[in-house]
Amino acid sequence: MNDALGDPQSVLVLGGTSEIALATVRALPRNRLKRVVLAGRPSPARDAAIAALTSAGIQGVSAIDFEAKNTTEHAVLINQVFDAGDIDIVLLAFGVLGSQDEGEANPDLAVEVATTNYTGAVSVGLRVAARLKGQGHGSLVVFSSVAGDRARRSNFIYGSTKAGLDAFAQGLGDALHGSGANVLVVRPGMVRTKMTTGMPEAPMTTDPEVVANIVVAGLRKGKNTVYAPGPLRFVMTALKTLPRPVFRRLPQ
Amino acid sequence: MSQQSPLRLADDEQLLTGWGRTSPSLAKVVPVSTVEEVQKCIEESGPRGVLARGLGRSYGDAAQSGGASVIDLQQMSSISLNASTGAVTVGTGVSFHDLLLATVPAGFFVPVSPGTRMVTIGGAIAADVHGKNHHVEGSFGNHVQEIKLVNGLGELRALNPDDAQSEEQFWATVGGMGLTGVMTEATFKMIPISSSLISVDTERCADLDEVMARMIESDSQYRYSVAWIDSLSASGRGVITRGDHATREQLPEDKRATALAYGPKALAKTPGFIPSGLLNKFTVRAFNEAWYRKAPKHEQGALQPISEFFHPLDFVADWNRVYGPAGFVQYQFVVPDEASEVVGAALRKLQSVGAPSFLTVLKRFGTANPAPLSFPQAGWTLAADVPAGIPGLAAALDELDELVANAGGRLYLAKDSRQSPEMFASTYPRLKQWQRTRDQMDPKGIFKSDLARRLSL
Ligand SMILES: Cc1cc2nc3c(=O)[nH]c(=O)nc-3n(C[C@H](O)[C@H](O)[C@H](O)COP(=O)(O)OP(=O)(O)OC[C@H]3O[C@@H](n4cnc5c(N)ncnc54)[C@H](O)[C@@H]3O)c2cc1C
Ligand SMILES: NC(=O)c1ccc[n+]([C@@H]2O[C@H](COP(=O)([O-])OP(=O)(O)OC[C@H]3O[C@@H](n4cnc5c(N)ncnc54)[C@H](OP(=O)(O)O)[C@@H]3O)[C@@H](O)[C@H]2O)c1
Repeated sequence: MNDALGDPQSVLVLGGTSEIALATVRALPRNRLKRVVLAGRPSPARDAAIAALTSAGIQGVSAIDFEAKNTTEHAVLINQVFDAGDIDIVLLAFGVLGSQDEGEANPDLAVEVATTNYTGAVSVGLRVAARLKGQGHGSLVVFSSVAGDRARRSNFIYGSTKAGLDAFAQGLGDALHGSGANVLVVRPGMVRTKMTTGMPEAPMTTDPEVVANIVVAGLRKGKNTVYAPGPLRFVMTALKTLPRPVFRRLPQ
Repeated sequence: MSQQSPLRLADDEQLLTGWGRTSPSLAKVVPVSTVEEVQKCIEESGPRGVLARGLGRSYGDAAQSGGASVIDLQQMSSISLNASTGAVTVGTGVSFHDLLLATVPAGFFVPVSPGTRMVTIGGAIAADVHGKNHHVEGSFGNHVQEIKLVNGLGELRALNPDDAQSEEQFWATVGGMGLTGVMTEATFKMIPISSSLISVDTERCADLDEVMARMIESDSQYRYSVAWIDSLSASGRGVITRGDHATREQLPEDKRATALAYGPKALAKTPGFIPSGLLNKFTVRAFNEAWYRKAPKHEQGALQPISEFFHPLDFVADWNRVYGPAGFVQYQFVVPDEASEVVGAALRKLQSVGAPSFLTVLKRFGTANPAPLSFPQAGWTLAADVPAGIPGLAAALDELDELVANAGGRLYLAKDSRQSPEMFASTYPRLKQWQRTRDQMDPKGIFKSDLARRLSL
């Protein structure tokens, strides 16, 4: 478990090649870190992630196969990871952006996005929560998005999956209140990763390292929700109060 | 049948921490009052295991175990004193507080007392606690004659230091931090006293060298000795207090009739929410200044009640809250005499990260006992309280660890909440031997604590 000074010993990353999650692992205090499990689909990127963390001086990095859409396999997977030792921090970081246009044209593609981002997260999220509560301590970090704060015309398929995920994660945090385990909901704005390469940059676009530092600080302070960058909280509060006709006319 | 949610909190589940209030974990707390109830709890152990807990006065994660059944022994508090031999047999849940209330008026004191009386006998044996008399009389385990313990197979065993069959298990349990089984009863020798007062000599020393020189020179003349160090002064000035139980004859005539009267004052509470900022370099500096000035430059034979001499912190019930919500750690190490310079180096290191400590205590230890995990060994021991939220603290303490380890020293498990498994293993060279005995006593690995998991015991 985390020691008295907040240093963790073990981390599980669901979505083991996520650039934001890997930056978060690198930003964690590592004096006591001895086990990092990258759960993800087998790929050269996953191998590279192990190599990169290891060469950054992090010990005990390994991978395990995980497909978010195969929910029937999740119970075995989560139990296997936790049976091998307590996990102090779980980063639920998998997700796909999908294409709004293609999704509208071919709803099967939209369902893929929903299954991955929402259904898959509900499946592992509940299982992880039960194990954290069972071990009596630990944090689940859920990467939501400002896109879920208010669905926009240009990406409401993705946005709605994040809105669902966000509500789920908040409820899960309430369920775990007082149990020694907790949930941190992270709402990044646009972040420069492979998920957004080639897209025009929105205002307040940031880097994975910035998100990572905000997550680490949020964990240390025991926060429930953080925005990245922080001031997006105020932007989103304002946006959420805009009347629909006004909101629709904003540049999408 | 409808299924019960695994996320729901059960009525008997509680968040537990140590005295430092860091790293809480959830466990099922099981109050017991008989050996049979202890055995039942062990038989029904789930995958997260079982652990005994006393009054939770260890600072870190020794008396907690996330997901486990944590046995609360406070109801096992019988006291049976043999006034002709001074031997006492107690339930391990009895506190020093209750024990002293029963025995001091009968003319007996505990052989070793920690700095608070809110500690159970079980906790005192499991941590092999030391008092101000370690340099002459050793730690608590040295005085124990028999332990009754329920092992990992649910069997009740009598462990005895003079019995070839059980001596190894006895010493594995002394200092074994609850990981060899649940002690239910213990017998140990009390010391006879003819008054409840301590005759105390006090000396104020201008710097650390003087404190240490005076202790080396004359500690052997005293049964009890300890020094308080002003951790924020550049010089390391301090106050040495030393003494022994006053005899009835040393008391003024009018006090002799009630020589054994004992009535420690009721505990006061600190306010519920004290911001952690209240305790900072400036307030601690002011406290330390006042504390230093309050001490007489040189005074001999002052008479102090037991509680004032041994348990001054107990006058405020929950003083651990002054450190605020982030909690605090107590850093306590021992180093051999040859490495006495580590004491000063440690004080400077703590100063360099701006760690305000008002409870900084220096003591000399005598020889170690046979318990493989017992902390005390001959040399100097320094203990300092540090708020956990200080930036850079983790790295500074890791550097200190290295200094201590290289000097042949080690840290006290009852205070530890952050050392690395490597630090622990390298400074307790008899760990493997202890683990072999533990595995005999608990072959299924039932006894687990957060500390045991953190340090891979
Ligand atoms: C203000 C203060 C001053 C202190 N001063 C000193 C000092 O001068 N010298 C010193 O040595 N220590 C000192 N301590 C530390 C304290 O004495 C030890 O941590 C002691 O173990 C606490 O006893 P407890 O009953 O609270 O046990 P807990 O903290 O509840 O438990 C400590 C350990 O004992 C085990 N344990 C408890 N009961 C049993 C049992 N029946 N069977 C098996 N295992 C058991 C637990 O599993 C745990 O590992 C001090 C602590 C405080 C808060
Ligand atoms: N980047 C942004 O602008 C931004 C903004 C707000 C929120 N977020 C959210 O933050 C999280 C991390 O994003 P990122 O920027 O780090 O993205 P990223 O680098 O593209 O990582 C996404 C991760 O999700 C995994 N994944 C996708 N589908 C999966 C599936 N079906 N099964 C298992 N794993 C799957 C990917 O694994 P593969 O390698 O196997 O594909 C990859 O590890 C995501 O949830 C994202 O929605 C991102």
